[in-house]
Amino acid sequence: MVSFNLLVAVSLAYVAFLFIIAFVAERQAERGRGKWLRSSLVYTLSLSIYCTAWTFYGAVGYAARSGLEFITIYLGPTIVMIGWWWVLRKLVRIGRSQRITSIADLISSRFGKSTALGVIVTLIAVVAATPYIALQLQSVTLSTAVFANASGQNWGAPELASAALWVAVGLTLFTVIFGTRNLDANERHNGIVMAIAVEAVVKLCALVAVGVFVVWGVAGGVGPTLDLIDASKIAEWSPPGGRWFGLIFLSGAAFLCLPRMFQVLVVENDDESRLSTASWAFPLYLMVMSLFVVPIAVVGLDLLPDGSNPDLFVLTVPLAEGRSGLAILSFLGGFSSATSMVIVATIALSTMVSNHIVVPIWLSSRAGGAMMSGDVRYAVLLARRLSIGGVLLLGYVYYRLSGGGEALAAIGLISFTGVVQILPSMIGGLYWRGATRWGAAAGLITGFAIWAWSLFLPSFGAGEVIPQIVLEQGPFGLAWLRPQALFGFAGLDPVIHAVLWSMLLNSAAFVIGSVLTFPLPLERLQGAQFVDVFEHSTGTRSWTHGGAEAEDLLVMAQRILGSTEAQDIFQREARLQGKEGYLPEVTPKFVEDLERELAGSVGAATAHAMVGQLVQGASVSVEDLIAVADETAQIMEYSSRLEAKSAEQERTARQLQEANEKLTALSIQKDAFLGQISHELRTPMTSIRSFSDILREGGASAEMQARHAGIIHDEAVRLTRLLDDLLDLNVLENGQGTLSRQEGHLRDVIDRAIAASVVGESAIKIQRKRAEEAIALDTDLDRLTQVFINLIANAQKYCTAAEPVLRIVVRKAGGRMAVDFIDNGAGIGKEHQEMIFEKFSRLSDHRKAGGAGLGLAICREIMIRLGGSISYLPGQGGAAFRVILP
Amino acid sequence: MGKRVLVIEDEPNIIEALSFILSRDGWTVHTHSDGVNANERIRATPPDLVILDVMLPGKSGFDILRDLRADPEMQALPVLMLTARGQTRDRELAEKLGVNRFITKPFSNAEVIENVRALVTT
Repeated sequence: MVSFNLLVAVSLAYVAFLFIIAFVAERQAERGRGKWLRSSLVYTLSLSIYCTAWTFYGAVGYAARSGLEFITIYLGPTIVMIGWWWVLRKLVRIGRSQRITSIADLISSRFGKSTALGVIVTLIAVVAATPYIALQLQSVTLSTAVFANASGQNWGAPELASAALWVAVGLTLFTVIFGTRNLDANERHNGIVMAIAVEAVVKLCALVAVGVFVVWGVAGGVGPTLDLIDASKIAEWSPPGGRWFGLIFLSGAAFLCLPRMFQVLVVENDDESRLSTASWAFPLYLMVMSLFVVPIAVVGLDLLPDGSNPDLFVLTVPLAEGRSGLAILSFLGGFSSATSMVIVATIALSTMVSNHIVVPIWLSSRAGGAMMSGDVRYAVLLARRLSIGGVLLLGYVYYRLSGGGEALAAIGLISFTGVVQILPSMIGGLYWRGATRWGAAAGLITGFAIWAWSLFLPSFGAGEVIPQIVLEQGPFGLAWLRPQALFGFAGLDPVIHAVLWSMLLNSAAFVIGSVLTFPLPLERLQGAQFVDVFEHSTGTRSWTHGGAEAEDLLVMAQRILGSTEAQDIFQREARLQGKEGYLPEVTPKFVEDLERELAGSVGAATAHAMVGQLVQGASVSVEDLIAVADETAQIMEYSSRLEAKSAEQERTARQLQEANEKLTALSIQKDAFLGQISHELRTPMTSIRSFSDILREGGASAEMQARHAGIIHDEAVRLTRLLDDLLDLNVLENGQGTLSRQEGHLRDVIDRAIAASVVGESAIKIQRKRAEEAIALDTDLDRLTQVFINLIANAQKYCTAAEPVLRIVVRKAGGRMAVDFIDNGAGIGKEHQEMIFEKFSRLSDHRKAGGAGLGLAICREIMIRLGGSISYLPGQGGAAFRVILP
Repeated sequence: MGKRVLVIEDEPNIIEALSFILSRDGWTVHTHSDGVNANERIRATPPDLVILDVMLPGKSGFDILRDLRADPEMQALPVLMLTARGQTRDRELAEKLGVNRFITKPFSNAEVIENVRALVTT
């Protein structure tokens, strides 16, 4: 008989061994020599955390109670690994490309990084996994108790409880030490993975050893064993019914959804090629694990007294046969199963709890405060460690509350049913772009509620949480809400009943919720990245292929910049490279330039992401980018339409106001014009009348009389000229009168203008280059001469220089011939340059000019009529006018 | 020495005409031909009468009148205004600003003398 103390010593030695394994593996990985740590073999073995103490001990108990049905628990994962490996591959690819840290992170990330969904999935996972962790604690303490009782100690509840507590504390320490060593974001734990791989070997060896011993040591060979099986009720073959399919589905789904499975399958996996090995090796492992379940169960039932707990046959059969060494090995196998599961589950759950609940709360509680990065890292680490303790504490509390009375398998199935509520959102998120966060939330909450109501809460026992009367008659007498007979479907197995209804309504809520709501842009982007993760995430698309990539970039650029601008950019670049068309070689510099262009439209971050993803062949397809771009364009179009609308209204208002101002201005102008004309006419008339009065009155000297008569004459001439100008301007402005086209030369026109305007005593000197003036003209030469005369006369009148000079320069301006008249006077101030062509716009003393300020207005009208133009030419040192010839 | 009249006008021929007829009527005629310094000119040697044109270079006759009337010492100074624009609004504005007489160009010499005599008894 093995002593209890020996068992404790062996167990402690085993734990120390695991510590060393984990420590060494961690060290190797740190030194970069841990490649072998990440082999396909280790990966496959790490998947064996699926086989917990429930499978190690419980399968035999399950077989002893329900025959071959236990097989379903192995069939589910086998089918997934063999038939559904493509789902796993997709999960692994997404996990890698999106840096997924947990299944809660997967769901949250898929649906637009929704915090709420992360919290929901975390809560479901914690609630569903807690009984499972409790179950592992229970199996360790129960198996320990077997040895304690066998060695004469009589363990009661207090001893069991304290043993469970010690196990929980020990597991917490181990997990904290190896689970939170890594501060990296990649969440890979070499030490722990290695340790659980070793544990996988130990539990397989232990179970096989017990099996071999049972078959050949106890039953006496294969033949007698088969006879024993035939004789037992396990062999009573009942054709697989709905319950089988239900359980296979359940275990397969749980294999995908269990947080600890997700941890080893996806998070700890950095090479998806390992899946191909695991897809056959892991089913093989499961097969070997299940090989001796039936013989052990049969022999145990045969050998041990009635009422023995079949869940412990793996342990009690060797003990009963006096094989204490084998019994210890078996104990270590069960211990391995329990601890490896608890460790990984705790890491997975604590990651979720800290990332989705603790850290967000912590961050928001210190919002606004300046944060050092080290500060955050420390906080995350602390949150992770506290979460590990919290999860194990929950498991321990559940263990104490539930009293540990349930059969292991029952707890396992309840836990499975809870966790598979994540399945619809996960699968939907992987394969359906239309899935939305509202759909996911609706499905998750619906499924979780049905699970809690129909399976989890009743599992505490009738009357414990849900009163007996509610179980039998439904809440408030609503029979269709009876927890184990929802909608009147009585008589089903409780687990199958719960799976059926929860999955059905979960999926329905998910689909309906998704159809009724519209995904956010981020959700659409994430959805595309998840659903089409394979199309553009291989990383092999090279940059230098030219055509195709350039075209992709062009398509994208057009969506963002508009076709014309995008094509211009591409064509310009193509020309620079000496190519025809719109598709240049995609050089890094061009990409940089393009990115800058795009950044102007969509912002730097988006542009960088879009271009980066196209160029580096990252995880977004062109179609996805276009979808995003279209959306952006739509939003931009919408907002610009709004802008246009308000701009239009503004424009209308402004136009109205302008029209009003113009009317006012017109009427003011009309008043001013009439006032001007009145003034211009009345002024000479005043002189004429006054001096004619004086002449009439007589009495002045003859000399005076002659002078006064001269004034009257001059003023009469002025009046006549004014009337002529007014009439001329009126004719020009109204487009009346005909032009008399003639052929001639510019030189002659200038000659004539100078001859007409330079009167004898004029001091102005005119500089010209006659050779340049040999330009043929075909226009109304008289009118053109009139313009030139006006300009020369103005220079004569207004040039203030001591030695006035007027340069007449012929040059080409804007493809047409121009004649510039530039004097060396003070010029015209900037503020007046606009108005000098207006009527009556005399700037200086007009008596000297002798005109009414209509000259330039007439010139302008003439040039317009001739099809040329006249403008003031600033910055020439003096007053300068440019006449562009017709 | 007769009373002094200041003619503020920019048209040389009109200045000459006014000077002629006012001198003939016994006035000592001073002339000023731009708007900007007109007020300073008036205040420096206040005349017995001001004849003020409306359209002056630099500053309009209306502005000169307004500034003049803002000075309490100048409120009683007789001002005769001449305008070539002939709009009724100008007359109304001039009266509001405190003009004494208002004549539209072209005027007869008799009209000028009559108004001047009505304002200042020589």
